[in-house]
Amino acid sequence: MDYFLTDEQKTIKSLARQIAEERVLPVRAELDEKEEFPWDIMRELGSSDMFRVFIPEEYEGLGGGCLELCLVVEELSRVCSGVAVSYAASALGCMTLMEYGTDEQKRIFLPGIASGEKIGAFAVTESTAGSDISNIKTTAEKVEGGYLLNGTKQFITNGGEAAIYTVIALTDKTRGARGASAIIVEKDTPGFIFGKKEKKMGIRSSATRELVFKNCLVPEENLLGKPGLGFIQALRLFDKSRPGIGAQAVGLAQGALEAAVDYAEQRVQFDQHIINIQAVQHMLADMAIQTEAARALVYAAARHVDSGAKSVTEESSMSKVFASDTAMKVATDAVQICGGSGYMRDYPVEKMMRDAKILQIYEGTNQVLRNTIALNLRKRKGRTA
Amino acid sequence: MNIVVCMKQVPGTTQVKINPETNSLVREGIENIINPFDTYALEEGVRLREKYGGKVTVVCMGPPQAESALREAISLGADDVILLSDRAFAVADTWATARTLSAAMKKLASYDIIICGRQTIDGDTGQVGPELAEMLEVPFVAYVSNIEEIKESYLRVRRMVEEGHEIIETSLPTVITVAKEINVPRLPSLRGIMKSKNAAITTWTIADLNVSPDMVGLAGSSTQVIKIFFPQRVHRAEILEGDLDTQVDTLIDRLKGANLC
Repeated sequence: MDYFLTDEQKTIKSLARQIAEERVLPVRAELDEKEEFPWDIMRELGSSDMFRVFIPEEYEGLGGGCLELCLVVEELSRVCSGVAVSYAASALGCMTLMEYGTDEQKRIFLPGIASGEKIGAFAVTESTAGSDISNIKTTAEKVEGGYLLNGTKQFITNGGEAAIYTVIALTDKTRGARGASAIIVEKDTPGFIFGKKEKKMGIRSSATRELVFKNCLVPEENLLGKPGLGFIQALRLFDKSRPGIGAQAVGLAQGALEAAVDYAEQRVQFDQHIINIQAVQHMLADMAIQTEAARALVYAAARHVDSGAKSVTEESSMSKVFASDTAMKVATDAVQICGGSGYMRDYPVEKMMRDAKILQIYEGTNQVLRNTIALNLRKRKGRTA
Repeated sequence: MNIVVCMKQVPGTTQVKINPETNSLVREGIENIINPFDTYALEEGVRLREKYGGKVTVVCMGPPQAESALREAISLGADDVILLSDRAFAVADTWATARTLSAAMKKLASYDIIICGRQTIDGDTGQVGPELAEMLEVPFVAYVSNIEEIKESYLRVRRMVEEGHEIIETSLPTVITVAKEINVPRLPSLRGIMKSKNAAITTWTIADLNVSPDMVGLAGSSTQVIKIFFPQRVHRAEILEGDLDTQVDTLIDRLKGANLC
């Protein structure tokens, strides 16, 4: 399918594919098995300018937007979703800064992320605040010389590996959600320590850790935008980042589809290659239809975000929900087609099936996002423009 | 530091076909690539620049379409590229190739280290590097697997020999050829690719080099390819008959007969 990508977008996609095939593919099983953070690959992505893709040109980036980011994430995820999310989370970690930061804040933090020398992370989730995102407890008390952070963030992607963290904390706990603010915290700030590294079902090469703040003093100038806007900033961030998760899902589904076709082409049962069996053909056809539809929706949502549209919540939520449900279905069917072999770790599809599940959970569970879509649907009475 | 890397564009396959009438390789329909050994030379050049400063100039002799190899070289970190292209340079043997390259080096005037791949995957001779050094009257080290140290007009390298490794010190400027053990070439960068698309490719013809037409190309070649052919593959397998002892005896007789035991 021709998505009318520009030459530059095609170049980005094809280089991302080359990196995925030459550098990620040979080590993906080992990274998964050892739950090892892919530092070598992150460095390679850095030297190939992949972290520049989503950063404005004035801060040493290439000035791309949501679609460019999606293209890289899709290609990485086609080979390994764990690597893809480690890359994407760096973008997530600096998107609030890009939107609300001052020129000086951007000048300080963005070039390091653009070069790949530093990785970013975003931290809002806590043990009491998952889908109920406003129920965070971490505080950032205004004191002389800055903000004093106390509390624990949970399940933070790139936790411990990232150098720059955007943390949502309560600067005014009497105001609840309206007292939250986004603050940049650098690794190695005294009082900022990392909790245990989580053992996960999938995306096991990515690092997921607790962030613990114990009287961690952060300079006042690290606050992004105005105090009290933290939740609005976080919600807007997710509105723009969700197509990225959709792209991760599209890449994963594509990888699973390819693996299933390859297997069905060579597996012989009843004296024929199983790809000649109509039951298998129909499964593969459905997988292809769903994957392509998900890609079309993700690219469209990403372009909608890049257009500067005022409201993108519904579109970006749709792209994330549809693509992640697709990835789960396609990966499960890929395992089914590969049969007993597909269930074994020697084949890539069991990993893809494990990796797919998180896509329906993080950056808004698909149930919460359906609530959001339904809410918007009621507002517009189901009508389209 | 002025670093020069020599590069050749070659057919990206080992499944070459030969045109029996012209005794040359059939290049139609085959994707051209940078000679893989030269990618290690370029990577080492770029790493030297990153460490010591200076610039990397890539020199390539070939037909006009070799420009694509030079654009790729830019995407991989080359600062300057020069294509040596002229009908007069065509059908050169290693000697005439080295002669052309050496004329280009002299025109460049300033070079501290010239890095070549150990050989090409089409010609496979491994001669151009040493011949180039000879013509430039500078030291030469082959099969370099590590550059240990560079100081002002001094170079220490490790090179691979059959029995192990040698550490060699030499003066600069010098020519080295590198083995693939020396590094893992990087992938291109997006900025490099974008730069390469608009980069100007300098082309030097015979008129730009201080060299007479009879010293380069076919005219300057001291060897000529008379015939090029695939070796005939003769499979002569024989299944020995009889019981195990008889088979063993027959085998030993055969080996003795062939003076193999």
